[in-house]
Amino acid sequence: MNAEQTVTPKLIVKNLNFYYGADRALKDINLTIPEKMVTAFIGPSGCGKSTLLRTFNRMYQLYPKQRAEGEILLDGQNLLDKKQDLNKLRAKIGMVFQKPTPFPMSIYDNIAFGVKLYENLSSRDMAERVEWALKKAALWNEVKDKLKQSGTGLSGGQQQRLCIARAIAVKPQVLLLDEPTSALDPISTAHIEKLVDELKKEFTIVIVTHNMQQAARVSDFTAYMYLGDLIEFGDTSTVFTNPKRKETEDYITGRFG
Amino acid sequence: MHTLDTRLKRQNLLDILFRSITRLSAFAVLALLIGIIITLIIGSIPAIQAFGFGFLTSSEWNPVTEQFGALVPIFGTVATATIALLIAIPVSFGIALFLTELSPQWLRRPLGIAIELLAGIPSIIYGMWGLFVFVPLFAEHVEPWINEHLGTLPLISPLFTGPNMGISVLAAGIILAIMVIPFIASVMRDVFDVVPSLLKESAYGLGATTWEVMYQVVLPYTKIGVVGGIMLGLGRALGETMAVTFIIGNAHRLSASLLEPGNSISSALANEFTEAVGDLYTSALIELGLILFFITFVVLSIARFMLFKLAQREGRGA
Ligand SMILES: Nc1ncnc2c1ncn2[C@@H]1O[C@H](COP(=O)(O)OP(=O)(O)O)[C@@H](O)[C@H]1O
Ligand SMILES: [Mg+2]
Repeated sequence: MNAEQTVTPKLIVKNLNFYYGADRALKDINLTIPEKMVTAFIGPSGCGKSTLLRTFNRMYQLYPKQRAEGEILLDGQNLLDKKQDLNKLRAKIGMVFQKPTPFPMSIYDNIAFGVKLYENLSSRDMAERVEWALKKAALWNEVKDKLKQSGTGLSGGQQQRLCIARAIAVKPQVLLLDEPTSALDPISTAHIEKLVDELKKEFTIVIVTHNMQQAARVSDFTAYMYLGDLIEFGDTSTVFTNPKRKETEDYITGRFG
Repeated sequence: MHTLDTRLKRQNLLDILFRSITRLSAFAVLALLIGIIITLIIGSIPAIQAFGFGFLTSSEWNPVTEQFGALVPIFGTVATATIALLIAIPVSFGIALFLTELSPQWLRRPLGIAIELLAGIPSIIYGMWGLFVFVPLFAEHVEPWINEHLGTLPLISPLFTGPNMGISVLAAGIILAIMVIPFIASVMRDVFDVVPSLLKESAYGLGATTWEVMYQVVLPYTKIGVVGGIMLGLGRALGETMAVTFIIGNAHRLSASLLEPGNSISSALANEFTEAVGDLYTSALIELGLILFFITFVVLSIARFMLFKLAQREGRGA
């Protein structure tokens, strides 16, 4: 798409290896994620897309047997460093999951939840922030009259946009989306894709998808992964029209497997 | 064709039979409930006629003059159960939080089994342990401290001044807490365990701490199960007889102090039914039973109502 313009690196992954116990799920990954662009991870199920994404906010640390080795630099700082403050890191890197996960509270509180963890806003500022996030997530018009109602009562597509609003409400720099539309109908999917296109003006976006058309539609850069290896990485149009590696071509043209 | 017809007919018949049996079982429960209430009411009639509403407000309990009032055991039952819950709820929450979020994997099973074993100990054992081990320690080490520190505070001092005998409403409440903790904790653990990990990860992903995730996301998500667990514990605390009898002191004397001996409804029933002579005495005891029944009923209704209100506030219910 607009890969011609100059890019600034936001995340630099260096020699990253990841282990589930003894199983090595990521093998020497090297990758640069450009700022304020959309980078897509594609590849067959089980190739390590989610695993890679979850190293960026160290989500794996919740589970004792999982560990990452190597470096991931966020604006030059290694976020895998043990000294890195996890909560501050997660304020900078938001995440949205395969399935919508609204918290069991009102729409308003869903958005305010994350903000309250970091900022002490007056109720007026908080209301403004909630409105800002919901507008950014293209949900404001649908929910502005029912902010006090439960977030779990929304439709699936609305819930997912609520989750996106919740993630951007804390004003992160990077937004990680792990198959954000896999549980949604085509119309909601189109909504979210349009949203991604809007959001990249302000955020660096990394999106995992098993849907190649989606990757082609929304991303500026694409990484193709297979069995824990990063096979090919480049700007999306090149990867899709003129892949350097035979494996990538096979996957993209559906000759895979 | 003919055989199919008969077979269908037979199946139909079986179906009707099956439905009748299940319906009968369901109605049997209802009939049993109503039957118990009716018998309790009939048994209470002499006492109700003799004392009327005053039965609830009088603290007099004198078999010789046949003057009976239920205030002391009602207070004892409510106070011990309240103390038990005040202690048991936070402790159980901590246990369940540790077991589901913090404990290393290898420790989870043994701890879980220990809790289930605690739940299985017969209450008489708790009573004996309470009387012979806990009460002396309580009298020697805890009560003097309470008298000295809490007993001098404004407003609440009447609650915490009293003899250092160990035997008391407070001690009974604490033993009850120990008894209900395994129930509440294991229910809480079970409901926390089924919270989708994606939901927790979403909260962790925003930078929330374990405490924030548990208190603000997991607890609201599981509130129905949690309240259910608390009700289970409360039910046990209200009705528990043996352990309380050992420790509460069985004194029909009204005192605001939690350090004084007192009585609870179930404990009074257990102790006095065998020696109750005269219709009025027996009837007064049955009325106590009716009151206990009523308290339990009210508590359960309040819990239901609270859940309903919570659901409504979230915009889900009604
Ligand atoms: N919690 C886990 N424990 C052990 N192995 C896992 C776990 N999660 C994923 N894996 C393994 O790691 C590999 C990569 O998985 P994942 O990153 O989820 O793939 P993708 O998102 O590309 O479908 C797979 O082989 C998968 O079986
Ligand atoms: Mg995945």
